[in-house]
Amino acid sequence: MSRCDLFQFRLYVAGDALNSAQAVSNLTALCRAHLVDRHEIEVVDVFREPQRALADGIFMTPTLVKLAPSPTRRIVGTLSQTQPVMQALGLEAVGA
Amino acid sequence: MKTVRSAPVKVSSKTPTGIAGFDEITGGGLPQGRTTLLTGGPGSGKTIFALQFLVHGARECGEPGIFVAFEETSGRIVTNAETFGWKLTELQPKTLMFLDAQPLPDLVQSGDFDLGGMLAALEAQVRTMGARRIVFDALDMVISLLPDAAAQRREIYRLHEWLLAREVTAIITLKAGSDENGSLSRQPFGFMQFMVDCAVVLKHGVVLGVSQRSLRVQKYRGSGFDEDEAPFLIGRHGFEVIVARAIGRVDTQVTNERVSSGIKRLDTMLGGGYYRGASVLITGFSGTAKTTLSGAFAEAACQRGEHTLFVSFDSDCSEVIRNLASVGIRLDRFVKNGRLRMLSARTIAGSAEVYLARIKALAKEHGARCLVIDPVSTWSKPGSDLSAQSVAERLIDWSKGGGTTLVCTRLLDEMSGPVEGESPLQASTVVDTWIHLNYLVQAGERNRGLSIIKSRGTAHSNQVRELILSDAGVTLADTYTAGGEVLMGTLRWEKERAEAAAHEVAEVAGKLKRVRLDAEEAELEVRLKSLQVELEAKQAEKALLIRSTQSHEGELSRGRTRMRELRGADAAKPVGKEDSP
Repeated sequence: MSRCDLFQFRLYVAGDALNSAQAVSNLTALCRAHLVDRHEIEVVDVFREPQRALADGIFMTPTLVKLAPSPTRRIVGTLSQTQPVMQALGLEAVGA
Repeated sequence: MKTVRSAPVKVSSKTPTGIAGFDEITGGGLPQGRTTLLTGGPGSGKTIFALQFLVHGARECGEPGIFVAFEETSGRIVTNAETFGWKLTELQPKTLMFLDAQPLPDLVQSGDFDLGGMLAALEAQVRTMGARRIVFDALDMVISLLPDAAAQRREIYRLHEWLLAREVTAIITLKAGSDENGSLSRQPFGFMQFMVDCAVVLKHGVVLGVSQRSLRVQKYRGSGFDEDEAPFLIGRHGFEVIVARAIGRVDTQVTNERVSSGIKRLDTMLGGGYYRGASVLITGFSGTAKTTLSGAFAEAACQRGEHTLFVSFDSDCSEVIRNLASVGIRLDRFVKNGRLRMLSARTIAGSAEVYLARIKALAKEHGARCLVIDPVSTWSKPGSDLSAQSVAERLIDWSKGGGTTLVCTRLLDEMSGPVEGESPLQASTVVDTWIHLNYLVQAGERNRGLSIIKSRGTAHSNQVRELILSDAGVTLADTYTAGGEVLMGTLRWEKERAEAAAHEVAEVAGKLKRVRLDAEEAELEVRLKSLQVELEAKQAEKALLIRSTQSHEGELSRGRTRMRELRGADAAKPVGKEDSP
């Protein structure tokens, strides 16, 4: 994986629910630490855009979808356990 | 001023599921606007139950529904449902919608999450569709992803609250261990049974190799319900719960109409035939012509133009037709013109319940007024012993309710004893007419004997009759009793012959006597005639004599008078005195 790859994230949150807020801050922290200047985060509030959640098949919140680089991955939860998240995103080697 | 009070809850309002039998058990269906928990082991029919609930709502009640599939994909569910002829594609997506919510296998879970996303999506969907029914199929799939029991509990309560607030009627299905009670109480979601308003347990077990399904309503807040386990089956049109007819049912209209048994002399013995809508049981060992007797009934029914269903558990339909043709019962023509429907039940596999449901469905489809089941004893084969009894009774009850005349045969255990009164299924108490066929062994022969053990409401012969099968048909022979025993077969024939011979002798003797009497009569008549002639001759003679005497006397007196005149004597003197010397 090239270091120049742009990471596109979409984070589905449920309004101002606590776990959603935690997910947002966890993701931001992770990007700041490992993906400086090469990430995009789109936050989708399922309360505001339920049809979008429906179309995308989002049933659990918060859900993080990594759109790029492929393959797409989904991670549900607050993203509090950094190690599994890093592994799922394919970022293990980056930090090392 | 506004008083705050809880929303008026109509306890009685129920949402029909359209599942035959289930709405009867619960007195109308599932609690409206509440949540029902449906638990069961693998393959117990949870998905079908839930889907049928939605289909019925969408099709019959104008209540759109949403199916949230956590386990099976909607595509597979739709395909599977096509086998029941539900035509889901017609309903989608306006009145029936599927949501695929299967957690992806590569889903990574990190930290806490909730079902807010799903509820938000559903909220929007419920509003667009105006959905009144919702199903969460295999909710455990997603709940078990939650990191701890507290989170699981929280999400379930969140879901339940959400459902109650929307007042949609919901079914949540959950897997249960296949233990005796299908109980969840030791499982992580045990508390759900306490949370919901209605809980239904599906059970699928195997008893001696025969699959048995049953359903039990475990709880139903604010309503009475049938608490017993009710057998159910997944038939051709979906889920079907079998319920005994309600105790408070209206008595079926009884009729005095008689239907022929197909055997003239048996009708006579029964005082006119079976009653319309009666149930008739024919018992006997194998080979006692039980099938023949029921075939005769079927033929008579078809001849009257009544639609008839003949269910054979022993033989193939073509075999039955061929065998009955050998005794002059020709059923093939009625099969051809569609009045008679033959069903070989060897092709139906399953429990007694399955048989009953199939027979009921077929009879309904065919519009059968007469039904023959040959033999009903097949039901009591191992594995069905318990249910067979109740199935047989339900069959009788059902046929009675519909005014269908039912003839069923029962094979008695081969030579289990001469006891006539023993009937393994005890259904004999329920039937109206019980005909027993037996072998009578006499003088080195085995002959078929027929007796009517009981026949409610009809005068019936108490005699054992001999049943005679020939290519000309079935008939009952006259009985000859000798020394307190009914004579059959050769003995009867001998007796008949002896009687015929005696009759002939008597007839000849009579003839002879008549001839003799005729002769005597003729002789007497001749004698009478000659006497008459003689009499007439005598009478003539007598008359002649009288006349001649009179004329003589007249002559004399005239002579005397003349004489006196001539003498000129005292004419005034009487003649008599004058005459004296």
